[in-house]
Amino acid sequence: MTLPLTPSQTVGPFFRIGLATTIGAHVAGEGTPGAVRISGQVFDGAGEPVPDGLIETWQAEGAGRCPTDDEGHFAIVTTKPARNAVDHSGVEAPHLDVSVFARGLLTRLVTRMYFPDEDEANAADPVLGSLSDAERATLVAVTDDGGLRFDIHLQGARETVFFDR
Amino acid sequence: MPASSRSVHPPNDSPAYGSSLLRAPKQPLRVHPGRLGELTAPLLAGETIGTLDHDLTRQHDGEPLGERITISGRVLDEDGNPLAGALIEVWQANASGRYAHLSDQHQAPLDPNFSGAGRCLTDAEGGYRFITIKPGAYPWRNHPNAWRPAHVHFSVFSPAFTQRLITQMYFPGDPLFAQDPVLMSVPDEESRQRLVARWSLELTEPEWSLGYAWDIVVAGRQATPLDDDAPE
Ligand SMILES: [Fe+2]
Repeated sequence: MTLPLTPSQTVGPFFRIGLATTIGAHVAGEGTPGAVRISGQVFDGAGEPVPDGLIETWQAEGAGRCPTDDEGHFAIVTTKPARNAVDHSGVEAPHLDVSVFARGLLTRLVTRMYFPDEDEANAADPVLGSLSDAERATLVAVTDDGGLRFDIHLQGARETVFFDR
Repeated sequence: MPASSRSVHPPNDSPAYGSSLLRAPKQPLRVHPGRLGELTAPLLAGETIGTLDHDLTRQHDGEPLGERITISGRVLDEDGNPLAGALIEVWQANASGRYAHLSDQHQAPLDPNFSGAGRCLTDAEGGYRFITIKPGAYPWRNHPNAWRPAHVHFSVFSPAFTQRLITQMYFPGDPLFAQDPVLMSVPDEESRQRLVARWSLELTEPEWSLGYAWDIVVAGRQATPLDDDAPE
């Protein structure tokens, strides 16, 4: 049996009413060994911050959720996931799966955030390996002020690589 | 996920929806190499959901104004399996078409007895139920004299990453559908109709409230599309 899917619709500008409380920005507590703060900004095609976006991270350890603020900033505290198992395409480097929702996006955007201190694993990662250097750079966070920074560009010269859902 | 099931979703490049112009990515989406469907996050702890969180009419001292309604249905995957324990979150405008959100500038009254947010976990059969009031239509600035049809925003959050869905539920017979670029962004009429709830006599409570039935179908749990055509 294959049932037809329910279509996606935009999260709209007022999602904070409904999505603000249940899932938070702490996948791991601040004091957890290995906890890392991942922060970033979401930008539109004019280079302006997106003040009404929603970022969600997924990994085996749990999910995080953070709306962007007036300057497009978000921050999620989590731990680095374990390196993924081998499958037919190779061994994947540790990464977070990331969903981006916003007014103006009729479906969620799916991307990944890789860790900058995993040179060897990143070099062997089949997803990163399928991308150009410039594209790869959009998926690897940079170290910043004791944490990690992961900016998301919806359009433009530094447009983030997004994946089919 | 087969291409046929993806095509029910609106393209992000939908220029009639003005907000998409600077936000929809310009580059084609990359084919994901395959492990996505297997990724899971732990289920939510049930105790974070209050037993009355599904009832948007009982969050204040008084009752909200408007037409009292029940919205109920099941959440299934495309193989027909119920999603048990999925988190469903809803938000909506009040009966006047105004959101209890600071940025909503529509000149319609707020209702001190209506916040417009609810949540619940689906039961073992994938069932959910919300009690609320019918939201009003509201104007927006997408095009001259643009109005959103009455709708309730729905978020489905299950343990599988591929099943994540945010969408909107509409009410049957609304004359505003054809001029709404958000609903019309869904490419075909049959798929659009799956966003429209059905009035239900069974869910209608005598002398009390109208009932609407609406099922939600998300991607299959084992959506590993590229096992046989991986791009390497
Ligand atoms: Fe809305």
